[in-house]
Amino acid sequence: MMFRQARWDEPVIFALGKKGRRGHLIPTAEQEIRNRTGDACELVPESMRRSSKLGLPELSEVEVVRHFTRLSEMNYGVDSGLYPLGSCTMKYNPKIDELLANLPSFTALHPYQDETTVQGVLGILYKLERWLAELTGTCEVCLQPSAGAHGEFLGALLMHAYHKSNGNCRKRTEIIVPDSAHGTNPASATMAGFKVLVVQSDDDGCVDLDALKAAVSERTAGLMLTNPNTLGLFEKNIEEIAETVHSAGGLLYYDGANLNPLLGKARPGDMGFDIVHINIHKTFGTPHGGGGPGAGPVGVSKEFCEFLPVPRITFDGESYHLDYERPSSVGKIRGFYGNAAVLLKAYAYILSLGFEGLKEVAEISVLNANYLKKKLENVKGLALPYDAGRPRKHECVFSAKPLKSDTGVSALNVAKRLLDYGLHSPTVYFPQIVDEALMIEPTETFEKEEIDRFVNALQRICEEAYTNPENVLTAPHNTAVSRLDEVKASHPRTMALSWRMHQKKNRPNLQMS
Amino acid sequence: MMREIGIKNIEELYADIPEKYRLKKPLNLPEKGLTEFELRKHVEKLLSKNKTFDDCAPFLGAGCWPHYVPAVVKEIVSRSELLTAYTPYQPEISQGMLQALFEYQSMICELTGMEVANCSMYDWASALGEAARMAARIKGRNEILVPEIISPERIAALNAYAEPAGISVNKVGYHAENGQVDLEDLKRKISDKTAAVYIENPSYLGFIETQAEEIGKEAHAHNAIFISGIDPTSLGILKPPNEYDADITIGEAQPLGNTMGFGGPLLGILACRDDMTLIRQMPGRIIGATTTLDGAHQGFCMTLQTREQHIRREKATSNICSNEALCGVASAVYMALLGPEGLRELGETIIYNTNYALKLLSEMGGVKAPVFKSACFKEFTVNFDQTGLTVREINEKLLQHQIHGGKDVSKEFPELGETALYCVTEIHSKGQIDRLTATLQKIVERR
Repeated sequence: MMFRQARWDEPVIFALGKKGRRGHLIPTAEQEIRNRTGDACELVPESMRRSSKLGLPELSEVEVVRHFTRLSEMNYGVDSGLYPLGSCTMKYNPKIDELLANLPSFTALHPYQDETTVQGVLGILYKLERWLAELTGTCEVCLQPSAGAHGEFLGALLMHAYHKSNGNCRKRTEIIVPDSAHGTNPASATMAGFKVLVVQSDDDGCVDLDALKAAVSERTAGLMLTNPNTLGLFEKNIEEIAETVHSAGGLLYYDGANLNPLLGKARPGDMGFDIVHINIHKTFGTPHGGGGPGAGPVGVSKEFCEFLPVPRITFDGESYHLDYERPSSVGKIRGFYGNAAVLLKAYAYILSLGFEGLKEVAEISVLNANYLKKKLENVKGLALPYDAGRPRKHECVFSAKPLKSDTGVSALNVAKRLLDYGLHSPTVYFPQIVDEALMIEPTETFEKEEIDRFVNALQRICEEAYTNPENVLTAPHNTAVSRLDEVKASHPRTMALSWRMHQKKNRPNLQMS
Repeated sequence: MMREIGIKNIEELYADIPEKYRLKKPLNLPEKGLTEFELRKHVEKLLSKNKTFDDCAPFLGAGCWPHYVPAVVKEIVSRSELLTAYTPYQPEISQGMLQALFEYQSMICELTGMEVANCSMYDWASALGEAARMAARIKGRNEILVPEIISPERIAALNAYAEPAGISVNKVGYHAENGQVDLEDLKRKISDKTAAVYIENPSYLGFIETQAEEIGKEAHAHNAIFISGIDPTSLGILKPPNEYDADITIGEAQPLGNTMGFGGPLLGILACRDDMTLIRQMPGRIIGATTTLDGAHQGFCMTLQTREQHIRREKATSNICSNEALCGVASAVYMALLGPEGLRELGETIIYNTNYALKLLSEMGGVKAPVFKSACFKEFTVNFDQTGLTVREINEKLLQHQIHGGKDVSKEFPELGETALYCVTEIHSKGQIDRLTATLQKIVERR
């Protein structure tokens, strides 16, 4: 299958349009109003009046539409094809969920409206909390975090609050993470004031129990763990891991990035996890929007409920309320109640699938990952490190190390060449414990034919690496632009982080027309 | 596929999960899914229990504001190539998103006068937390001074972000008469421990802080960073933060093309001057312009990733990765549609409407509006002490007339008595403002 992405050579918007053009008219204040208030200029104290002209572009409506339409044509989403970024769970985003979240009976709601006027949305959020608690085996869920990492930050704050309430916060200063953990785990723990201790993985890709036992101490605040881990392997010693951490007085935190394969099959809460975050934009089918908005609700076991952020949504049997009277709460980690629009889509997602459907989501995601693993096992140039015989869960991680030493073609080159086939690349160079890693998560979304297309493409690329490496090394060829100079982009001398900065440095990076 | 893998049952792929952890019975969730039609009816019915008044937007702001979202904005952010994409890790196939975000950053810079902006924070409140930490890292100091008049959402988030970093948050008092920051109090409190001084313009209670320049001078005299918090809809007519020497500017860009949606998603602004000491400590993703390796074409990619968690792990400037990118695109489209004249007119219409509402209320008798003798933009305080009614009672009565009244701030600022924070934007017509004030008058008189 041929792929040619649109190449518009579209100028930066500042180089478009013409002086005096307008794309949208703002209602002007009625004359009667002006008569009463006097001139706008006089309504602003002189010391705070803007005198400089705004340097925004001036475009007609159709120019704006055409510009951004062209930009969208130079982008690739799940709706374009397979998007197998490992640990990102790029599944289909149901269109009906978008429609529902765009209803004016939701979008026009102000968060400070009287409780009696937002009973519909409060009911939806309350129900969603209950369902997420049920799916994760936790007691209560807080919807406030805006993203997975935001949930992790909250989780770490909750650990701190818990130890503090037991008089232990000065002592319990360390959070342990495995070397295969997502980068957010150590970053979140540090943000919450903890020191990070890294434990090695075992030869089979799971947490090394002996290393963990050596790492835990009276300083341990908790362990942050992803299960299945970033190799797609279920941590088989989870019972012993939980026992080790708990008996040392530490807590167990579940990074929910990889929850998809466990939906309706197993629950973190049952495995001893005390605090769990959920990536709504991964597991519950809401679009990632090119980086966000997402949502990262946090579920907790009973002992932690009192520390959750305010307000909590309560139900008295008749109506819903926002309860701020939680004296032990950690407070707030953002404004208002969370990314309600994203959460509403998750509510619709769960309702459209039901328990049976969610279980099927998990099963098919695992079936797809293992099918992919099987099909790629014999591809020359690729290796499957860590317990190749064990089934994976939602993802599998191959190494392009043999390919690189045979041909000079790296995982990055393979990733770039995949783009030429109209396929998104897997996550590369992660987890860091795999050399030349290609981390592949097909999700349940894609049918066998699309997965086969990916397998065939990867096979052909590896063959090409042996026969015509140059073509792979210089990929991509069919995308909107060829390989970019990322060093130039980050070098202080050539860096242009805005149009203003670009103009100031007078760099020729950008096309003027 | 199962044949290919060599299994007879999908359960075999779960065999390595200890038996005791495998769910044996259904969970307490709806067992079967709904059809799309059933789902739509169900959600529509639930949402119809909410009360939104088609003929009048709420007079509520305080961090999330009612504005009009042009049809073009929704059309663009619904393009599925943008909507269903992940973070642009592979820039060559993601140029559309990258360029749109670069343009968002660039237009935020034009509005604020800053030279660098990241491509979004979760919201204003968390942006404040991150800005405080950024300043503390740069200065190696552990205190931030904030105005006493500040939103409860923002101060709560700031505390949550600051405390684990050992940053103390201290408040600077205000003049009872006009709400302006008390410069004497600032001078008393600022020291060589102060990493940053933060002000908001317009303030949380809607008035314009006129001493921005003096406050900035005071901050810089103590080698502290000056952070300004802004509402971007004001910047068509208000002085941009670079003109009063702000080093970092934060704020909320939800009003630029994003609906209120019950308070989320929002869109946090974080921008700063072109200074590598600042830039290297910025949190979040930043998109930069570059060229193809052969130099033949322009292109865009994520830059300065060595600040970020996926590379730096525990040494990262922040843990943020997923952000509010698509809301940023919406804002870029909005700013491009309005252009310089539109942004100015937006500011003007808002300040006209605000002052018209204030005028009617100040003439009404029985209420005091505004509480502070300072110019206001978009929001203002109304005190009801003389009416003998609480804000809560007033709002309940307004609701009977299909009006969402202002935010009750009497618990947040007990010294202000029964005071509400009202918000008037470009979408509140003269007729609606007249109806609000007439209704308030009736409520007050009928008591």
